[in-house]
Amino acid sequence: MTTETLIATLYVFVLAAFLGYLVISRVPPLLHTPLMSATNAISGISLVGSIVTAGSGHGWTSTILGFLAVTSATINVVGGFMITDRMLRMFRIKTNAPARGTHAK
Amino acid sequence: MNYLIELAYLAASVLFVLGLKGLSHPETAKRGMHMAEAGMLLAVVGTLMHHEIVSYTWIIAGLLLGSTIGGAMAYWVPMTAMPQRTALSHAFGALAATLVGVAEFHHQGAGLGTFKMTAVSLEVFLGALTTTGSLLAFAKLQELLPGKPLTYGGQNVLNLGILAGILGLFVYQAITLDAGPWFYVMTGLAAAFGVLLVLPIGAADMPVVMSLLNSYAGLAAAATGFAIDNKVLIIAGTLDGFSGFILSVLMCKAMNRSITNVLFGAFGSTTTAVAAGPQGEAREVSVDDVAVQLAYARLVVFVPGYGMATAQAQTAVRELAKTLEERGVAVKYAIHPVAGRMPGHMNVLLAEANVPYSDLYELEQINPEFPDTDVAVVIGANDVVNPDARDNPQSPIAGMPILEVDRARSVVVLKRGKGKGFAGIENPLFFKPATGMLYGDAKDSLTKLVQAVKAT
Repeated sequence: MTTETLIATLYVFVLAAFLGYLVISRVPPLLHTPLMSATNAISGISLVGSIVTAGSGHGWTSTILGFLAVTSATINVVGGFMITDRMLRMFRIKTNAPARGTHAK
Repeated sequence: MNYLIELAYLAASVLFVLGLKGLSHPETAKRGMHMAEAGMLLAVVGTLMHHEIVSYTWIIAGLLLGSTIGGAMAYWVPMTAMPQRTALSHAFGALAATLVGVAEFHHQGAGLGTFKMTAVSLEVFLGALTTTGSLLAFAKLQELLPGKPLTYGGQNVLNLGILAGILGLFVYQAITLDAGPWFYVMTGLAAAFGVLLVLPIGAADMPVVMSLLNSYAGLAAAATGFAIDNKVLIIAGTLDGFSGFILSVLMCKAMNRSITNVLFGAFGSTTTAVAAGPQGEAREVSVDDVAVQLAYARLVVFVPGYGMATAQAQTAVRELAKTLEERGVAVKYAIHPVAGRMPGHMNVLLAEANVPYSDLYELEQINPEFPDTDVAVVIGANDVVNPDARDNPQSPIAGMPILEVDRARSVVVLKRGKGKGFAGIENPLFFKPATGMLYGDAKDSLTKLVQAVKAT
């Protein structure tokens, strides 16, 4: 990795940090649990790295490690987004409409 | 082809940011999440076109297996178990980052170069410690292990020693680019450190720890991005890292404590002796007394705590509130930021029970209303309503912002038994003349109250 690409990458990191700070500070406490499960699902983005590791055929060790990584990251992504959706469906303003989104007990 | 993948990643990053922005309001949150989901799909599809991929067998196997497990967990887990599920999910996410790092090291070894070696080490360090720490947090929340802090002599010295060892190996790796076993020793030490870090933390401090682990999981993903030179990983990981960090700071503020104090203070184990507490007789009240009080009140405020979750009483609370509202009583809910075991826990439980979010009030909003409140009903909450935090500078929780239910005209406390709260501190609220104690299972008591109010 050259110094230029390193600097470019650091730019991305620092700007993402600022952006994250600004966006997340505006999330109300009401939605902190969905926020946590949503960011958790998004951090399952390591799936992207896992996929390359699992498929690039660098020998069995890498493939098995990659397979396990793909599995764990997918659990995170699929589970995280599904449960966030399930939670958000429950939040509603005052209405007389019948309840929905409480299929699990 | 490569620039197409990069463009897909760029679009995914934008969609993630828009998705999180949507979470600033419940109305826009669902659409926001769909954007983030589309972003993830785009990133995955883009990656599948990566030129290094020679075989899809194990990729597809992993995707299918992970989707099945993740989907099943998301579908069946009850809302009360949300903290456990989140802890487990942090463990999986961090494990993925760790495995990618280990595979990268195994494949390239010294060829990584100083910068990538540092990134891989950081990724594996954060990943391994988050994996084991989250698994331990899961075990505590699921009550497979006792929720009480586990402490022993020299704990902090041992932890700092291990941390120093990890940092030493870290620097050694970066300088020598050694492809030998020391890298794995470091990984092992990081895993052990994760366990030791969470062991002394009590169940009441879980909101902070959950947020911190959330942050570490994100930073591990960001480090992965540096290691494999992938910007969408850096952006998504950093967003997650910062979200967790901001939440930890908010949670600490809500308890008037510092992060170091939460991590190394072993709260709840040493404080019991300090707080001799107020003595006196708590006044026990009957269901019928409380029913009359509630039925003729103008404003009733419910204050839920973790006890509501353990008793699965959220639906019963909603029932009682509905019965009262039908009689013309105004009902509000007061939510303390650290009530429950993770940030926002109470809001989700009440939303599940169909409480409209417009009836949920934050600490700053509801505190001025307590003097006008006829009855404050405390359901399985203790430390967050302890007036000692405000009045007694000697109290171990002094300075923690509380819900000032003691300023209400009367208070009813639903409590399982006569024990102390999680922090092991006496609560003078229970001995005030205006306070009535209703002992027993919260769900049970609330169901009886509904009947009694209807009969009044």
